[in-house]
Amino acid sequence: MSVDQATVRRVAHLARIAVTEDEVAHLQGELNAILAFVDELGEVDTTDVEPMTSVIPMQLPLRADVVDDGFYPDRVLANAPLAEDGFFAVPKVVE
Amino acid sequence: MSDLTRLTVTAAREGLAQGHFTATELTRAYVEAVEAAGALNAFVLATPERALDMARASDERIAKGEAGRLEGIPLGIKDMFATNGVRTTACSNIIGNFVPPYESTVTSQLWRDGAVLLGKLNQDEFAMGSSNESSAFGPVVNPWRRGGSTQPLVPGGSSGGSAAAVAAHICAAAAGTDTGGSIRQPAAFTGTVGIKPTYGRCSRWGIIAYASSLDQAGPIARSVNDAALLLGSMAGHDPKDSTSANLAVPDYEAAVGASVKGKRIGIPREYRVEGMSSEIVSLWDKGAQMLRDAGAEVVEISLPHTKYALPAYYIVALAEASSNLARYDGVRYGERVPGRDIAELYEKTRASGFGAEVRRRIMIGTYVLSAGYYDAYYLKAQKVRTLIKRDFENAFAEGIDAVLAPATPSAAFGIGEKSSGDPVEMYLQDVFTVTLNMAGLPGIAVPAGLSSEGLPLGLQLIGRPFGEESLFSLAQVIEDAAGRFDVTDKWWR
Repeated sequence: MSVDQATVRRVAHLARIAVTEDEVAHLQGELNAILAFVDELGEVDTTDVEPMTSVIPMQLPLRADVVDDGFYPDRVLANAPLAEDGFFAVPKVVE
Repeated sequence: MSDLTRLTVTAAREGLAQGHFTATELTRAYVEAVEAAGALNAFVLATPERALDMARASDERIAKGEAGRLEGIPLGIKDMFATNGVRTTACSNIIGNFVPPYESTVTSQLWRDGAVLLGKLNQDEFAMGSSNESSAFGPVVNPWRRGGSTQPLVPGGSSGGSAAAVAAHICAAAAGTDTGGSIRQPAAFTGTVGIKPTYGRCSRWGIIAYASSLDQAGPIARSVNDAALLLGSMAGHDPKDSTSANLAVPDYEAAVGASVKGKRIGIPREYRVEGMSSEIVSLWDKGAQMLRDAGAEVVEISLPHTKYALPAYYIVALAEASSNLARYDGVRYGERVPGRDIAELYEKTRASGFGAEVRRRIMIGTYVLSAGYYDAYYLKAQKVRTLIKRDFENAFAEGIDAVLAPATPSAAFGIGEKSSGDPVEMYLQDVFTVTLNMAGLPGIAVPAGLSSEGLPLGLQLIGRPFGEESLFSLAQVIEDAAGRFDVTDKWWR
C-alpha cells in the first residue's frame, strides 16, 4: 500500500501535527518507504492465528475502587504552560 | 583518587565495605570525570550537588552498618526515567523543561538500595532511534574510535548516553530502557554488558512510555556481575504497573559463575542474514565454541518467522507510540505554541516540539491505526507476533535453554553515516534484537571481541521467560573466555 499527498495531510491532521506544503512531499516519500518495508507481512499465513494481546500470560490484577492518591493540585499543575485557579488553561473550546 | 573510576560496581562495593575509600571520594572522582567528558555529550544534566549529598548519606549508613547493596555507587540514569525534582525530558523539546513531581519505581529502588544519582543521560528522542542522533541535545560520541582514526562514531541507541558513559567510566553503571534493542545494541557498540529482562520483570511506572507492550528497563554495566547486581535492585513487582509480574526476584549474582554444563544452546539458522559481516559470523562461531568449552551443548535450531519480526515490530511500536505520545499536547506540561483555537494549538505545539523522527513515527502509527487500515496492519502484526513467540516456545519445548545470536549486524558506525537517507536502513540495526521484545523474552548483550578496526563487538543470549539467571551464567562464560574490553585512549579528557 502507498499513500498519496491527501492521505499524508489527513494523517498529519489525525496525529495533530501541523505540516507545511514543503514537508508533505518529503513525508510522502518517507512514509511510503516504511510502508513498503512492512508490506512483507502480507506473505505470512495468519489464518486461525490469534493476535497477541498479552505479552506474559497473567491475570489482570484488580484493586479496590478507592481514591488513594491526589489532593495536590499545585504539584499537578506545576509543569503546565498555563494554569488558572487550580485548572489547566486553554483557548476557549465551547462558545 | 581518579583511579576509583576504574573499579567495577562489584569492586567498588568491596572497597567501600573494607573502608579503603568513602562514598564521597568515589562520587567526587566520578563528578570530576563527568565534568571532564563534555566532548562525549553523554550527560544532558549533571547533578553533582545532589550526588555528593547522597554520597554523604551513604557514608553515614556505611558507618552505622546499614549499607544497602548499592550503597554509595554513582549511577547515570537515562532521561526516560522520571526523577523527582530533577529535569526529565526524554531528550525532546516538547518536554524540555519538565520537572517530575514523582520518582519512577525502578530508580526509587536504586536509591532505596543506596545508589547515588550522578545525572541524566542522553538518548534518542523518546527512545526512538538506534544511534542517539535524534536527541534534542545533539548526538553522543562513542568513546571508542577505529584504530588510527579520529572520526566520531555513534554509541548506538537509544540508550547511547548510558552506554557511552559506562564505557568511558564517567558513571559506574547506568539504567537504560529497551523497546527494540535500545539497551543491547548500544552495549554491543561500546564493549559493555546490557540486559533487557523479561517483559514484566521491571516496573514501567514512571518511565516515559514509547511502546508499552515492548518497553522494559534494564542495566548497562562494565561486567556481567555488575549487571546482575543492578538488575536485582531494579526488578520486582509493582502494583502501580498492571503488567508487572508478581514473582520474587532471584539472587542474580549467585547465578554468575554457576556451571553451564549440559545447557542446550540454540543457534537459529534464520539469523544468518544476507550481508552480515564475516567478522560477526566468526564472532558468533567463537561464542558458540566458548560455551561448548564450558560444557554446554550447541545445536542448530529454526525460528522460521524471524524475518518478519522487524516489520511487525515497526507496526506495533509505532501504533503504540502514536497513542502514548498523544498526551504531549501543550496543555498539561511542556512548551506551548499558541493557535487560534485548541486544534491549532495542538498541531503547532506538536509540530514544533517533536523532532523529525518522532513526527515520522507518530504519523506511521496513526496511519496503521486509522479506519480501514487497522486489520491490514495492526491486527496482522499482532498475529505475526503470536507466531514469533510460538517459534521460541517450540524451541524451548524441545529443550533449548537459551539462544545465542549476534547483538548487531556490524560494529559502531560514523555519526551521520546512516541518518541522512532511507529511515529503513537505520531500522535494520535492530534486526537481531527486536524479536525478543516482540516475544517478551529476556536478552543480554555481552562483549565478545574486537573488530579488525579495534571496535567492540557483542553477542546476545536470549532466555526463557524469567530465565535471567541462565543468561547471567552463560554471559559470564563468554566474559571469562573473551575478557573485558576497556577504552585505552581517553581522548576526550
